[in-house]
Amino acid sequence: MNQFNYIRPSKQQAAIDAVAKDGNAKFIAGGTNLVDLMKRGVMAPQKLVDINRLPLTKIERQGNALRIGALALNSTVADDRQVRERQPLLVQAINAGASAQLRNMATTGGNMLQRTRCPYFYDTAMPCNKREPGTGCGALEGINRMHAIFGFSDKCIAVHPSDMSVALVALDATVLVSGPKGDRRIPFTDLHRLPGDAPEKDTTLEPGELITAVDVPDGPFTKHVSYYKVRERASYAFALVSAAAALDLDGTTIKSARLAFGSVAHKPWRLTAAEQMLVGKPATEETFRQAAAVAMQGAKAFKHNEYKLKLAPNTLIQALKTAAAA
Amino acid sequence: MKEPNKQIGAGMNRVDGRLKVTGAATYSAEYQLPGMSYGVLVGSTIAKGRIKSIDTRAAERAPGVLAVISHVNSPKVPGFVPTGKDPSQPQTVGGRLKVFNDDKVRFNDQPIAVVVADTLERARFAARLVKAQYDQEKHETSMEVGVKQGFVPTQAKKNPKSGVADYVRGTADAYKTGAVKLESEYVIPTEVHHPMELQSITAHWEAPDRLTLYDKTQGTLATRRDFAKEWGLPEENVKVIATFVGGAFGNALHSWPHESAAIIAARIVNRPVKLVLTREQMTTMVGYRPHTWQKIGMSATRDGKITAITHEATGQTSSYEEFTESTVQQTRMMYTAPNVNTRYRIAALDVSTPIWMRGPGEATGAFALESAMDEMAHLLNIDPMEFRLRNYTDKDPEKNLPWSSKFLKECYQAGAERIGWNKRQLKPGSLRDGEWLIGYGMGVGTFGAHRGSSKANVRLLPNGTVLLQSAVTDIGPGTGTAMTQIAADTLGLSPDKIRFEWGNSQFAQAPTQGGSAIVNTVGPAVQEACLALKEKLRTMAGASNGAFAAAKTQDVVFADGYLTLNGNPTARATYADLLRQTDNGFVTVESKPDGEHNKNYSMYSYSVHFAEVRVNPLTGEVRVSKLVSCADAGTIVNEKTAGNQMKGGAVGGIGMALMEAAVIDDRFGRYVTKDLAEYHVPVHADAPAVDVFFVNQPDPHVNALGTKGIGEIAIIGVAPAIANAVFNATGKRIRELPITPDKLI
Ligand SMILES: Cc1cc2nc3c(=O)[nH]c(=O)nc-3n(C[C@H](O)[C@H](O)[C@H](O)COP(=O)(O)OP(=O)(O)OC[C@H]3O[C@@H](n4cnc5c(N)ncnc54)[C@H](O)[C@@H]3O)c2cc1C
Repeated sequence: MNQFNYIRPSKQQAAIDAVAKDGNAKFIAGGTNLVDLMKRGVMAPQKLVDINRLPLTKIERQGNALRIGALALNSTVADDRQVRERQPLLVQAINAGASAQLRNMATTGGNMLQRTRCPYFYDTAMPCNKREPGTGCGALEGINRMHAIFGFSDKCIAVHPSDMSVALVALDATVLVSGPKGDRRIPFTDLHRLPGDAPEKDTTLEPGELITAVDVPDGPFTKHVSYYKVRERASYAFALVSAAAALDLDGTTIKSARLAFGSVAHKPWRLTAAEQMLVGKPATEETFRQAAAVAMQGAKAFKHNEYKLKLAPNTLIQALKTAAAA
Repeated sequence: MKEPNKQIGAGMNRVDGRLKVTGAATYSAEYQLPGMSYGVLVGSTIAKGRIKSIDTRAAERAPGVLAVISHVNSPKVPGFVPTGKDPSQPQTVGGRLKVFNDDKVRFNDQPIAVVVADTLERARFAARLVKAQYDQEKHETSMEVGVKQGFVPTQAKKNPKSGVADYVRGTADAYKTGAVKLESEYVIPTEVHHPMELQSITAHWEAPDRLTLYDKTQGTLATRRDFAKEWGLPEENVKVIATFVGGAFGNALHSWPHESAAIIAARIVNRPVKLVLTREQMTTMVGYRPHTWQKIGMSATRDGKITAITHEATGQTSSYEEFTESTVQQTRMMYTAPNVNTRYRIAALDVSTPIWMRGPGEATGAFALESAMDEMAHLLNIDPMEFRLRNYTDKDPEKNLPWSSKFLKECYQAGAERIGWNKRQLKPGSLRDGEWLIGYGMGVGTFGAHRGSSKANVRLLPNGTVLLQSAVTDIGPGTGTAMTQIAADTLGLSPDKIRFEWGNSQFAQAPTQGGSAIVNTVGPAVQEACLALKEKLRTMAGASNGAFAAAKTQDVVFADGYLTLNGNPTARATYADLLRQTDNGFVTVESKPDGEHNKNYSMYSYSVHFAEVRVNPLTGEVRVSKLVSCADAGTIVNEKTAGNQMKGGAVGGIGMALMEAAVIDDRFGRYVTKDLAEYHVPVHADAPAVDVFFVNQPDPHVNALGTKGIGEIAIIGVAPAIANAVFNATGKRIRELPITPDKLI
């Protein structure tokens, strides 16, 4: 680990200024991702700006949305009564991630901004454009079993590992940020970017921008929801593929749907076309299969992740079946 | 079942349980010595070649750094003579890696330097600053290539009777002409031991010719021998302490480069050096279960009699050391087949040396043999248990000897009842619970009931307690507890009057903990030593007391403060008096296996594992919903710790079957699965409550205790039981482990 300075401001503006002014400074929240990366030599910030003193832990109603503070812990959010009542999909997604111990440390903002688990990114002796632009993508012709089937570029085929974010993208959440140039709202779909020619940039956040909260709008998705995560063991593993499905049913007819995949792309992968296709259809396995086929349009596999072309649609079908039966 | 006043069999709590759960047990990384310094290893970033230059200047200038040692400045280690045969490693031709001895790189992440600093953090920081330039050579790490280049191990060439030499009974490859036949290939990937405790050592030169090691090792004496030899010291000048070992599963059976590096470093900085591997280094520096390819050819008559089996295996090894294991052994003796042949090869790749991992070769071999048994039963449309019973053998067909004991049928029966085998359908895919398919499978395990020689020291203390000491380690099975129970029963003392100390090379000689041989070996030594102590005390008491002189050893009773005699409570000799006489309530015995028994009997432990699995046909997820493990392991010394062994082995088997795989990117010869987020081991949610059954019948020939060994059979046969259950659930035969979801959709 590198030597670094550490500050813990209690004013939001001071935190923002500290990072905005110093290209080598980073916010630290729970530290469950950043510290790991520092220990492995993947990231070497010279200054850590600890934001845990900022008053960003609240979960409250704000108009027709639940506003979840950036420092609300994953476990707190998943246990919150309002979140459980209004956004059960989010609860399922959070609880599908990491372990109880980690969720007790991990924050809402940090979770969204956790970095890829691509092994080439993690090993400083291997090429990785995301870690060290210009060194090449180790995964492209390497062991790419965990990698993207959508939205990748020849510079990077990594996937975003967050489970929580898959639910947030499906639920039309909005991220609230505050930065050197003021406050702004970012639709969740626009928070993460595709790798393109600049895979070193995970998100559309500007330097010094601090996530302060996420708004999750109320909706009809309080019952028929499922976050289905397929992994190599029963718990505590990153997804091979995950699918978030939320249905609004009128009897057996689908009034509206929200769908997203996790671990298939550089960002949580919203499936709008498949959602639209479901509207007005009966909630049957046949319908779900058709939606899954739509969802998979444009998918392309690499040497070791061919299985995702089948596992992804199957997982979506399973999520839809589970949601419909819930 | 606990008999009155008997400790053996009882589920006595671990003698060190309290120390462990309160954190009071000291593991090797936890010793604090005055002047302690900390070593961090720098690994190579290529798999093969030479170090052209190594720049250590920045590291040397970093705060707190005491030394940076590489091949450039490493001292001459007397034992690092040119590679030749190493007689201390009977199964390992070639030699251990001689760390920092030359500029050669033999595997990726090979230690090329050690940075020593006054704190761990400073050492770790400085280690990052070491930069090496290489002349890279073309490496080969792919087992696909390796399999084509397999060769007969040197050991087999020298000794055609060796367990790894080719074997033929009847006609070789006779399966090819059988009535019903199959030929299947099986692959297990590299698996890593990953015990919870990281490998660690503190090396302390107490004088220029006296070395003390607080080391994670399974054998204090093997470690002492290796490093005494490395430094040209008399063995008694090297002290090895390994009181608590936080699991090892085999990876502390060998001496490794990090140990040599810490010793070299301590010599240079003239302070104790503590060196703890990182989790990532656990993949590359302390062995692993080798990637192994296998082929089984089998033929049977239509009514289910096996006529021939051929078992071929090729396992991975390093370029500098020949590692072998008993992958094909059980095929020679498990079933009645008249024609059996085995061929075992190894493939040298540019990787570090493997080492036995729990159940070692047998666990690998059982995956092939027991999967093939299931495949054949399916071909014949016979229940797999019935098929095994039709080929049951009442004597060892390999050695042509009677079994010392064999209660495998009892295991079949108990396991079948417990799992509900009668629910199993012959036709795969017949059972469902909602969306999930259900299947049942079984797998058999066996492992030699080995017994070596061992000594034990026992001493009566004036307060009436008895102290026993043995160099043996306890890597988790509860050795200290079992030995306490054996001593208690032999002496007729309550366990709290007995102190068994272990894990120190200065105690009485005992073998390395491994191969399920410790209770078999050290148990009788403890028993004999306790009997000898009783007899010695009786004789001593007899010098002044006729009643003792006339009595027999078994009549001696330890009472509170004095020795007395069964049936003659007035006979008394106080401990204080006895010990004052000669100060010699001390006995050492050496206990050896009985040569006659070994010549006349074939000795094995057995296990049968039954699995019920659920498979989601859409997502390919597999859940083991029930696991029953039955063992014929002779006398069970402690139901609790023995049961714990079986459960741990079963969970290890779930890992082997469903998730464990260390994967190398062959372009770089570098692992991509180096931490526990990428290398999956089972979590609680993967493991059902394992139902354990012991036959608990003493073996009359292995030793006087009747034990046969448990640790290895606990895992051997579990992976095929699960793979067979997956087949029964889905009709999909997965011959390459692990059975991850992608293979089932
Ligand atoms: C072993 C292991 C297993 C895991 N398994 C899973 C899993 O299955 N699924 C899953 O989804 N996750 C998993 N995780 C990841 C875990 O969810 C993340 O580490 C965690 O959510 C990160 O939150 P944090 O608060 O600790 O972030 P930190 O590590 O503190 O920060 C992460 C990043 O976010 C930035 N940041 C933090 N807060 C803000 C803010 N408010 N504004 C701007 N930037 C900010 C930091 O600068 C840093 O770059 C796992 C982690 C581990 C270690």
